[in-house]
Amino acid sequence: MSIISLQNIEKHYGDYHALKDVSCEIAEGEFFSLLGPSGCGKTTLLRVIAGFEDVSSGTVLLGGQNMAGVPANKRPTNMVFQSYAIFPHLSVAQNVGFGLRKAKLQPAQMADAINEALEMVGLAGFGERAAHALSGGQRQRVALARALILKPKVLLLDEPLSALDKKMREQMQTELRRLQRQVGITFILVTHDQEEALIMSDRIAVMFEGEIAQVAPPQDLYRRPLTRRVGEFIGVMNFLNARQIDVSDGTVAFDIEGLGEAKVGPDQLPEGARAYLPVVGLRPEAFTIVYEDPKLRSQRIVEGEVLDLSYYGDMTYYEVKLDGASAPVTISMKNLTTRPVLERGTRTLVSWDEGSLVVFAA
Amino acid sequence: MTTDARRGLALISPTVVYVLLLLAAPLAAVVTFSFWTQDFLTIDRTLTLNNYREAFTDPIYRTLMLRSLTISGVVTVVTVVLAFPIAYFVSFQVHPSRKALWIFLITIPFWTSYLLRVFLWKVILGFNGVLNSGLLSLGLIDEPITFILYNANAVVITLAHAFAPFTILPIYVALEKIDRSLIEASQDLGESKVTTFFRVTLPLAMPGVIAATLIVFIPTIGDYVTPRLVGGPNGLMIANMIQTQFLKLNNAPMGATLAVLAMCAVTAISLVFVFFNRRYLR
Amino acid sequence: MKGGWLRIYAIAYLVFLYLPVVLLPLFAFNDGTVMAFPLKGFTTQWFVQLAGIEALHGALLNSLFIALVTASLSVIFGICAARASTRYTFPLKAPIMGAIMVPLVLPEIIVAVSLLVVVVQVFDLPLSAWTVVAGHTLICTPFAIAILSSSFQGLDQSLEEAAIDLGETRWGAFKNIILPLVSPGIVASFLICFTISLDEFIIAFFLTGAEPTLPVYIWSQLRFPTKIPAVMALGTVMLVASLIILSVAEYYRRRGIARVGGTDSGGFL
Repeated sequence: MSIISLQNIEKHYGDYHALKDVSCEIAEGEFFSLLGPSGCGKTTLLRVIAGFEDVSSGTVLLGGQNMAGVPANKRPTNMVFQSYAIFPHLSVAQNVGFGLRKAKLQPAQMADAINEALEMVGLAGFGERAAHALSGGQRQRVALARALILKPKVLLLDEPLSALDKKMREQMQTELRRLQRQVGITFILVTHDQEEALIMSDRIAVMFEGEIAQVAPPQDLYRRPLTRRVGEFIGVMNFLNARQIDVSDGTVAFDIEGLGEAKVGPDQLPEGARAYLPVVGLRPEAFTIVYEDPKLRSQRIVEGEVLDLSYYGDMTYYEVKLDGASAPVTISMKNLTTRPVLERGTRTLVSWDEGSLVVFAA
Repeated sequence: MTTDARRGLALISPTVVYVLLLLAAPLAAVVTFSFWTQDFLTIDRTLTLNNYREAFTDPIYRTLMLRSLTISGVVTVVTVVLAFPIAYFVSFQVHPSRKALWIFLITIPFWTSYLLRVFLWKVILGFNGVLNSGLLSLGLIDEPITFILYNANAVVITLAHAFAPFTILPIYVALEKIDRSLIEASQDLGESKVTTFFRVTLPLAMPGVIAATLIVFIPTIGDYVTPRLVGGPNGLMIANMIQTQFLKLNNAPMGATLAVLAMCAVTAISLVFVFFNRRYLR
Repeated sequence: MKGGWLRIYAIAYLVFLYLPVVLLPLFAFNDGTVMAFPLKGFTTQWFVQLAGIEALHGALLNSLFIALVTASLSVIFGICAARASTRYTFPLKAPIMGAIMVPLVLPEIIVAVSLLVVVVQVFDLPLSAWTVVAGHTLICTPFAIAILSSSFQGLDQSLEEAAIDLGETRWGAFKNIILPLVSPGIVASFLICFTISLDEFIIAFFLTGAEPTLPVYIWSQLRFPTKIPAVMALGTVMLVASLIILSVAEYYRRRGIARVGGTDSGGFL
């Protein structure tokens, strides 16, 4: 059952159209991410759910209840702010207990609840510290404890990791995931970092310019992007010009620049599409540099020249100009001691995986 | 209208209403008065330009107005020029931990009553004053110097003192905002310390200098106390005449006319000044 | 030595700034009525005399009353305007804010004259402490707005949203979060307005009724050479009092900054 149901949400700021007909269902207990470049409307959508922004039209259902006219302080959602918004004049315990004031607990119960929440985020014993004496990571944990202590139905996280350094961010990603499984609450995360979204989420909604482009689990999103733009935004994708040459039994044949002819089966085609873009996508790992005897050369092997390379230690990314193609493709190869790293200008054989071809609806 | 706009307007309305009632309405009244005339004890309410004609033709008013503008101009230039090096010194050469102390030292004298500060300048500059008795006892002069009290010079010195912190602070704030790496970048690109000052530091400090200039120029035009105490008959300014018209001659319309003219002059000069700075310093 | 010529200039400038201030206590303790050197001898008689002047006490009380009311009103108007301008966008915002700040760039005599015209000539009301309060509030409000705006400006808007998100009402969030955080700004603006009102002469001179304010009283005394030593003593007392108030204010301001973990950037003003 969905805990949140967004139905045809529209939001205008004067002339600016911030959200365009956004509809989406978010399931109970799900780790859901809103992913997109800055200005795509993801934060606005989060604030609509929290109740900080009115919608111009459309409906927000939370646990089946219409949220129209319900102010932020009456909604069963809590938020972790991008700046964390830790009240600087209060102690850690006062911050964490801030929302409990309305619950009218006995002082002892209140202290227990606060300690429990602090323990949950790994800050046991920090209660009496002044809020301003905390590090970035600690502030974030306080913000989490402060929101989770109220047992919201949905926890909203607005770019919570963007202010942390790389190492801290990676640690918090695992920890947030663990925390979410532990409490079982629906988390909605806003982020512009596609890697972060892939690592943490059960499902991701990709947004561009106020519209949701695709909602899917991380693997599907990576392997079957619905549009060229989604494919471009998530990871690296090569785009090759392709001419559609035949359609039969739901299978479409393309003549791909630099790769030759290929057939794409019905399970690989975008659902419900009547026509296709004259372009196909291939991830860098769908190509393989061929080091074996050229005599083994098969139909799916083509030739090209290494134009440039980036060496990453564990991986090497090659820019290879395939013969007959107009633009180079990016190929990723795992570095093994038995495989020498190719130099610029080397001619090489490249095999590729037909099953990884991505076709886009026109 | 959005909720935010309504909330904002509701919140600001008490302040706006106050300003409208106690500033806009009174200013409108003054402008109206300036077109009326005093007829012995009553006010003739026919609209006329007679007051303005008189203000422009009578040499007394003209002299006072021109003198006010000149004195304010000189005071402004003197104050800002004297204050800039201090602001620069505190911002660039004082150790950060001691800056607050310097600013504190600069502002302390201004917690003395304004009237008394002006009066004490009269004591300092007077015939038997501190300055003359000091110079006499040092043997630097043979008889008291007299050109420093009861004239425009005394007004300039006193006002330059009165407005010192109001000029130093805005310039200091502007200088503090300058990213120090800009200075280093300029020197890295081959400018000397002096040319860096003129090509980088001064242009970036200009907003502070402009603020300081206006902060001094505008109130000094309407200053009443200083010319009255240390200005003598040749140091009186337009504010003294406005006061005389209102409280002594009981000629409110003429006083209103002079007030309107002073206001127009201040506004016009300030706008021209701001305009030229925008035009040539960007 | 660092600074060289500039440092010498700075010290000379400080001498210029302090010249009149230093004379104030010198003449206040001088056993003579003539304001000139050499000094005559040490006396505290002028301070003793202060205690016996009833007109002075009346003027002082009058001034304190006016300053208190002015500062309270200005801070309230200032909070409204500063909060509205930093938190909300609304139509005509720039011209409205501009209009409110106008008294800052108007010679005080203009404010004084225009209020005088309205009170006396248009409405024919008697002048009193309240007419002075009206004028003082007008010129103090922009100062309060300027100080409070920087306090409100420094607030992260998500602090307020966080409080609402955690169940507070809009008013509760303002009272429990915003007000405590801007309280140093409120104290500072109150003291600045209080001091401006206490020291203001022109508006009080035009608008005061039968009971003068302290500056108007001092002005009336400056004409009589025999009264001047007592005025000097009064000035000394006032200077010491304002320095004490200033130190207290500075102490609270620093504590406020320390409490929210900020770094100290400059002093008052």
